[in-house]
Amino acid sequence: MDYLDHLEAEAIYILREVAGQFENPALLFSGGKDSITLVHLAKKAFRPGKFPFPLVHIDTGHNFPETIEFRDWLVEQTGERLIVGLVQDSIDEGKAVEQKGKNASRNALQTVTLLDTIEKYGFDACIGGARRDEEKARAKERIFSVRDEFGQWDPKRQRPELWNILNGKIHKGENVRVFPISNWTELDVWNYIKREKIALPSIYFSHEREVVWRNGQWMAAAPCLQIDEEDVVEHKSVRFRTVGDMTCTAAVDSVATELDDIITEIKASTVSERGARMDDKVSEAAMEERKKQGYF
Amino acid sequence: MNILKFITAGSVDDGKSTLIGRLLYDTNSILDDQLEAIKKANRKNNDGTVDLAILTDGLKAEREQGITIDVAYKYFQTEKRKFIIADAPGHIQYTRNMVTGASNSDLIIILVDARKGVIEQTKRHSFLAKLLSLKKVLVCINKMDMVDYDQAVFESIKQDYLKLAERLEIKELDFIPVSALKGDNIVHKSDRLTWYDGASLLDYLENVDLEERKNQPWRFPVQWIVRPQTDDLHDYRGYAGRVLGEGLKLGEEVIVLPSGTRSAIKAIEINQEQLVQAENGQSVIIHLADDIDISRGDIIVSAAQPALTERNFEANICWFDNKVLDTTQVYLLQNHTALTKIKIADILHKYDVNTQEQLFGEEIKLNDIGKVAVKAAQDVVFDLHKDFPENSQAIIIDPRTNLTVGALMIESIA
Repeated sequence: MDYLDHLEAEAIYILREVAGQFENPALLFSGGKDSITLVHLAKKAFRPGKFPFPLVHIDTGHNFPETIEFRDWLVEQTGERLIVGLVQDSIDEGKAVEQKGKNASRNALQTVTLLDTIEKYGFDACIGGARRDEEKARAKERIFSVRDEFGQWDPKRQRPELWNILNGKIHKGENVRVFPISNWTELDVWNYIKREKIALPSIYFSHEREVVWRNGQWMAAAPCLQIDEEDVVEHKSVRFRTVGDMTCTAAVDSVATELDDIITEIKASTVSERGARMDDKVSEAAMEERKKQGYF
Repeated sequence: MNILKFITAGSVDDGKSTLIGRLLYDTNSILDDQLEAIKKANRKNNDGTVDLAILTDGLKAEREQGITIDVAYKYFQTEKRKFIIADAPGHIQYTRNMVTGASNSDLIIILVDARKGVIEQTKRHSFLAKLLSLKKVLVCINKMDMVDYDQAVFESIKQDYLKLAERLEIKELDFIPVSALKGDNIVHKSDRLTWYDGASLLDYLENVDLEERKNQPWRFPVQWIVRPQTDDLHDYRGYAGRVLGEGLKLGEEVIVLPSGTRSAIKAIEINQEQLVQAENGQSVIIHLADDIDISRGDIIVSAAQPALTERNFEANICWFDNKVLDTTQVYLLQNHTALTKIKIADILHKYDVNTQEQLFGEEIKLNDIGKVAVKAAQDVVFDLHKDFPENSQAIIIDPRTNLTVGALMIESIA
């Protein structure tokens, strides 16, 4: 079997296991290419039926406008249900405290809103687009990853996963994070997007934009970014390789306007995908620590 | 291009992490920022080169202790294949992790230190490879640089291993002399091993043929029932699942187990397109000719070659829990999508994992492997391990903790 067919069949199998094993699952949708791929796989898993779960977007309020526009288009096109959890609400309710200073980001605050949203709707399983090739803590993540009542991940208490048998049994209050594309690499996702002709937000492709040089990388010069007089703002041709919110996702110099150009660019790249993520650079174990708190 | 999943068995001392690091490094699978992070961590070998082993240590606790505790999955690809490496620790106290990694692999690389030859650990790893029916065993005789690349050393270890393989009935077997540290025969053929005329490790992995075991009749565990219940699709009732085995085709007579109801395949769909037949591993939706009661956990099988339906059977078991196996307790057995209450009524014997000797009258504890008699509350649908490994496997869940406490491979009917 061709490798993309194999990866697709495995992901569909996992999505159907979620449907079969949980009462109230959700698909966490960020507007990034991985979660867009998940929506495409869900169509293959459940059509002509409806998805047995809503899409849930944790909106930091600092998303690229292109991402939000795309999200709304996709929801309309698929006819599926969307639930939005706003980080701003968590801040207003005093549950999350906004960071201050030049490098302020709402990335970490997402966890608060995510856990609140899970509790509010009583989700027992949350499907996400994380991949094991992204980051070393994720390399050890299970496909069905159990979180305790506080949303915490305990890497030392993970259940062994044998063959393709997935144990979704949990106690009340616990929930499971599910990662159907665990075994895909960044390149696999792009090759699949190309093969399946999956539509993406425009920011993945090269475009002209005002960018500001920050901590060794180009960031979108967005209103949510604190820009001072000493900052250099430039007009450049860039694209985004990974799409989180605007405060933590750096742009890369690129003239890639087609999928083929992007695939060539990634093959030739000497920097990993998460090299453009400020959130991973805090420390050696930044991802591991955030995951323990309940992050993806 | 297809996928090859393999596990590397060995310990830090055998150069396992170095071997994986070398494969990744020499296939340009490690990028600048990842290398930068490694350099920052500042772990060096004695000769001052960067310690490639750190590439496979994912968790903080592992980096602190310099060991691999958990199974880590690593990915790389060449023009010919996509590779998924299950990197699992080799020490006896991590047998459960090795079993987990092996269960998700087609091929196992067993690392033998050229200076030590076939040791207890080699025997243990080979036994696990046999127990889990891996399709191929590749013995890499490593650290050839430490024995002056001597052919006689390689041949002598090979002969020792062949005896072990014969005893364990391992048939699909190959050998490569390597030095992971120096890069000999890893990606490129080494000119220091001129007497060896086989492939380098990467060349071998790219080309090894793991022909799926043919003639295994198809089974279709039902995962989910697709019922749109809209006006235009009022009568649509599709059974969603992933095909196991060969020969599922349109018109085929089927039996739904465990009920035993008969019907025929009316349609096979993938992504809302019609298929004439479905192949092993495909996720599809099937429709039956008759309107019968089917739910998740049922298995639809070929009527010509049905699976077994039994309540009492014997199985090899690997135990993962800190609590010892309790023969009075009720556990849950999950095979594919079916969940059944069971009791592990009797411990027939335990295996000494190093010598494969049978031990009697002992408890089964964490990391132990043994043979047990199982009594199920309802019929369980399966094939025997020797006939169809993929349909003989199950996990055991403790309903009090919900943890996966064991893995089963059904060997015979009681």
